[in-house]
Amino acid sequence: MKVLVFAEQRGGKIKKASLEALSAGRQIADATSGSVAAVVLGLGIGAEAPGLARFGADTIYVGDDAIFEKYCADVYGLGVGKAAQVFGADVLLFSATAMGKDLAPRVAARLDIGLLSDVTAFALDGSVPVFTRPIYSGKAFSTVAPKGGKPFAVSLRPNVFPAVEKAGAGQVVPLEHGASPADVKAVVKEILTAEGGLLDVAEANIIVSGGRGMKGPEHFRILEDLAKVLGGAVGASRAAVDSGWIGHSHQVGQTGKVVSPALYFAFGISGAIQHLAGMSSSKVIVAVNKDPEAPIFKVATYGIVGDLFEVVPLLTQAIQELKAKG
Amino acid sequence: MNILVFVKHVPDTETRVKVAPDGLRLDLSEANWVMSPYDEYAVEEALKLKEKLGGEVTAVTVGNEESVKTLRTALAMGADKAVLCADVAFEGGDAAGTARILAAAARKLPFDLILAGKHGVGDDNQQVGSLAAQFLGIPAVTVVTGLEVNGQELVCKREIEGGTEVVVAATPALITCQKGLNEPRYPSLKGIMAAKKKEVATWKAADLGLDPGTVGAAGAAFEVRRMELPPPRPAGKVLSGELPDQVKELVRLLREEARAI
Repeated sequence: MKVLVFAEQRGGKIKKASLEALSAGRQIADATSGSVAAVVLGLGIGAEAPGLARFGADTIYVGDDAIFEKYCADVYGLGVGKAAQVFGADVLLFSATAMGKDLAPRVAARLDIGLLSDVTAFALDGSVPVFTRPIYSGKAFSTVAPKGGKPFAVSLRPNVFPAVEKAGAGQVVPLEHGASPADVKAVVKEILTAEGGLLDVAEANIIVSGGRGMKGPEHFRILEDLAKVLGGAVGASRAAVDSGWIGHSHQVGQTGKVVSPALYFAFGISGAIQHLAGMSSSKVIVAVNKDPEAPIFKVATYGIVGDLFEVVPLLTQAIQELKAKG
Repeated sequence: MNILVFVKHVPDTETRVKVAPDGLRLDLSEANWVMSPYDEYAVEEALKLKEKLGGEVTAVTVGNEESVKTLRTALAMGADKAVLCADVAFEGGDAAGTARILAAAARKLPFDLILAGKHGVGDDNQQVGSLAAQFLGIPAVTVVTGLEVNGQELVCKREIEGGTEVVVAATPALITCQKGLNEPRYPSLKGIMAAKKKEVATWKAADLGLDPGTVGAAGAAFEVRRMELPPPRPAGKVLSGELPDQVKELVRLLREEARAI
């Protein structure tokens, strides 16, 4: 199969999630005697292209043009669609990042092909790739196969697939994208960075979350301290967000973000079904709650029944000491 | 400003799902069905814009007779009209099928703006809005947490990793709504009574000029091989002893057993 991977760059740097998608593409191509192409769009991004070969790209379509300086789904869609046609792609891979989720359906509709969102696993049934994706925020998993020989697109959940170095032929081809300023309909005017450049829960490897047991917005400071020591992000339950204690971008759960970090801390979170759906695929879960009957303990790897206001500072201190020792 | 709101009737987020005997679908017979939570932000934003700028708000869904409940919720909140797109030919469709149907409905209705939830809770595709916009040839701004309308110009704030993008587009356009955009109102008793009298139109494939081969199961690009519940997590350890000792033990376990820190 010929696999085309959209290589997302922000500020001229290729995202790790795109390298994960490239590695997955390499695997599909190798198993089906195919080849892999990457398409990268931006301005002044030519230097990034050879790096894509290290992760498996045989062909790299580079759209290095002022029209791609800022993300715009209209012209990025044109560019990726053009690369898919030139390459003759059977499969298009995106990473399900904010940009990928916005762009992938625009490309799929443009090419009139099917799209599977947020895939977390794939396997090969003979030469047919079969994909698994969570539905109901992970309450169930649906495994599907493409129907009959048509090209299709897939977006892969970030942080799930490994990025593996495996050299591809790496032939760089300038992309004849055909996009013009008249095609730009919705354009990014500016990007406001979150306060203090805090790590987003969707990208974090460690998440420190608080719920109703936090009792008020002022106490989230102790979670920030712990998150800082761990290099993690601060998350929250719907109860905490709906109480206005912390912004909704921190919310983990079925109406927030679905996360699968290596380590998830739940402080003062009872474990409503919709919260569990959003975090129970985390590798290790630590729950701290006063109520020994709280449902969160059913999914916890380690649990402490106790007062989070005692546990959090002790934990922060203990980890600080551990890190100091190295 | 005439606004269309795309809504979806879904099992609420407290639903416990189970796999149907055929192993290919979920059995949702015990679920409580509601308007998809993100669609509430879309309806609310439409009503706020109507209150400010005038015009009509029309709620549109793809579904069956049951989905009328969600249309009635939109009407009770204050929408003027509602359209149910329902046909046997639509059954078993995927996101692209739904988007084709919604785009066909939009072509029959005058609109300046289309609002939709950022995704339909359940299938979690996060595609339908963007697909419909592309089919209609209008711009889409997704996952929007702030919207300002100045004449034909739409200034949108959209959520990205670790920040916010400010995106500017012109009407006609489609916007998908994220939590934080507004606080959806509850339907008033008066609104609920009024909603019962408002008409809900039903449009079939033929009314929409749709080729049945492009929607429903016939138009779906993928076929389901199996449906599964996640494997249960192995039983965890609840620690005991004095709290400071428990914390020490937790750090040791995270370091040595789980290798997570």
